[in-house]
Amino acid sequence: MTTETLPIRPEDPFLEALQSKDPSSEEAQTWLVPIRQAGIAAYSQNGLPTTAHEDWRFTSLANLREVTFDLSLAPSTLSAMELESLPDPLQGKESIRLVLVDGQLDEGLSSRSLLPQGITLMSMKEAIQSHQTSIKAHLGQYTYGNDSPFAALNSALFCDGVYLHLPAGVELEIPIHIMHVTSDSSQGRVSLARNFFHLEQRASATVLETFCGPNKGAYLTSPTLECRVEDQAKLEHIKIQDESPEAFHMACVYASIDREAHFKSHYLSLGGKLSRNHIRTHLNGEGLCCTLNGLYLAQGHQVMDQHMVVDHAKPHTESHEYFNGILDDQSRGVFHGRIHVRQIAQKTDAKQTNKNLLLSEEAIADTKPQLEIYADDVRCTHGATIGQLDEEAIWYLRSRGIPRATARRMLVHAFAGEIIDRIDHPCIRESLDQLIWDQLEKLPHFHTHTSTDPS
Amino acid sequence: MSNSSLLSITNLKAGVEGRTILKGVNLEIQAGEVHAIMGPNGSGKSTLASVIAGREGYEILGGGIRFKDQDILDLEPDERAHLGLFLAFQYPVEIPGVNTTYFLKSAINENRKARGQEELDAVAFLKFIKEKARLLDLPEDFLKRSLNVGFSGGEKKRNEIFQMAALEPTVAVLDETDSGLDIDALKVVANGVNQLRSPERAQLVITHYQRLLDYIVPDVVHVLYNGQIIKSGPKELALELEAKGYDWVIEEAGQAAAVTSQS
Repeated sequence: MTTETLPIRPEDPFLEALQSKDPSSEEAQTWLVPIRQAGIAAYSQNGLPTTAHEDWRFTSLANLREVTFDLSLAPSTLSAMELESLPDPLQGKESIRLVLVDGQLDEGLSSRSLLPQGITLMSMKEAIQSHQTSIKAHLGQYTYGNDSPFAALNSALFCDGVYLHLPAGVELEIPIHIMHVTSDSSQGRVSLARNFFHLEQRASATVLETFCGPNKGAYLTSPTLECRVEDQAKLEHIKIQDESPEAFHMACVYASIDREAHFKSHYLSLGGKLSRNHIRTHLNGEGLCCTLNGLYLAQGHQVMDQHMVVDHAKPHTESHEYFNGILDDQSRGVFHGRIHVRQIAQKTDAKQTNKNLLLSEEAIADTKPQLEIYADDVRCTHGATIGQLDEEAIWYLRSRGIPRATARRMLVHAFAGEIIDRIDHPCIRESLDQLIWDQLEKLPHFHTHTSTDPS
Repeated sequence: MSNSSLLSITNLKAGVEGRTILKGVNLEIQAGEVHAIMGPNGSGKSTLASVIAGREGYEILGGGIRFKDQDILDLEPDERAHLGLFLAFQYPVEIPGVNTTYFLKSAINENRKARGQEELDAVAFLKFIKEKARLLDLPEDFLKRSLNVGFSGGEKKRNEIFQMAALEPTVAVLDETDSGLDIDALKVVANGVNQLRSPERAQLVITHYQRLLDYIVPDVVHVLYNGQIIKSGPKELALELEAKGYDWVIEEAGQAAAVTSQS
């Protein structure tokens, strides 16, 4: 990855606070000191990027710069009643639930009674002390040297998060649900959860992460997740971003995948003023399969960005990226997907598609699929589309007696359904299907397009 | 117009993007009848089918279409379907993500709703369509698949007939449903159409080839040429066209026009 050095903007919201940190004296865990220092150094190199930076060309952080963030705010608390009022796709279903309030695990709200013996699922803050030897070898190892300023910020400052560990051969059927909630207490809050999921050989798990916040107030959620999926292990990860309308959500997901393992990661973006999924997967063993599957549904002035690099580092690896965007009003969807095939990675099979559906005249989609191939015996395909609903399909449906508005709804739902259908876990798939259906109904131009129907 | 007339087209003129394609079509279809329209490429056959079904983008330049004694030119395509009109597409559209069962259930129930009938429940509906599917010899899993996605040409056409069987229209217009079908598929399609024949219904079969008419025997055969019906006759006309081509009909029509203009 190229690092360009551009002048740091004087109004950078975090630089001063970061540079005043001294991990060697402030960090209680000596082994964490280099991780903290590396985070500070990586952030300090560029600060928050501007649109002059190629990776941020379509996604301006100007709005984020205008907010005064308070890194010193202590995490607040949430009552059980407040928690119950939040949407839970697994409500009424068996699940193991962890609740993080402002980036910190709330034991009282969490429920781990269904967690089988042998599986570790705990607060990162605690694990750093109690499971030092297991974590030390991994934490910070998969972030490509903090290749995002938000991963750097997270590395420098995180205090908690979730540590999940499954020993070899352990298959967990019950889904784990990690609820990331930002409390309602104050403006300018920053939540920096650091999560690490470690599946040893042949282990399998399903993890749902949901993000939500209060109805008003600008805040930043910047979680960083590192995953290590060892030989023949299987991780299904589902991330739902439903932050409040003024929120900034800058997530980083790193996965290192070993031989014959399956990593399937789904990204559903619904809320926030500006959100980005920065995804980097390291395909590090023969016969593995990596699927990144996402849906972004934007309206108003929302900006939703999906930025991923799939790094094929071994021969005989398979990757799929499917991202569909539904963009209404003056919203903007950004997709950047790079398939990187190293010279050694012969017989790579990589497929990438990004499809954007514009429901209004003013919505914008930017898509940038890229192939970077150094091996000569590979199969790589990519495709991107930006368009409106297929009038031929609408005509076909209408000729069968289905009214135009219903036909539109069917087609938009189908467009979203392509993505939802790829979720393996049946309960989560069904409940997300319903969630998407409800969400689509709320779009201003779900029933009629701006230009074709004056109503 | 007789009381049993289902579809009545009078002096219909229509075009697209300023180009006139239909130049005065007259057609009268009675209940219980099967009519065939034949004609060389570019004569306006598919335009006629689209205009009857109400496709957007065509300009109506004159004349009218009455269906069950009601002017339908101002009706939306879905409203025409609710009245009992059906178009089997020449090129059925693939719709990814819309499951065939879900689609059919929506279509049937929209039609029932519009006709003031109760919607079918899930059990009754499944039983109903499984029977229809068996009739059309469609692969079992196709009901679960996305509409027409990954279907072969023949499967798509059978799916059209299947939908027709399920929607039970009063008048079905089949736009070159036989094109691209092998003889077995053709028989299945013809069987589907024949099953629907009844004294209350009618079919309008648009085709290039006489072959289909061996299996769906029409009461009347029309030749559409240059946007007009230039000849109509009994089913034997199709055989004659197959053997001699269209030139003689076109010539005959030209002479008749010349005679008319002289007199």
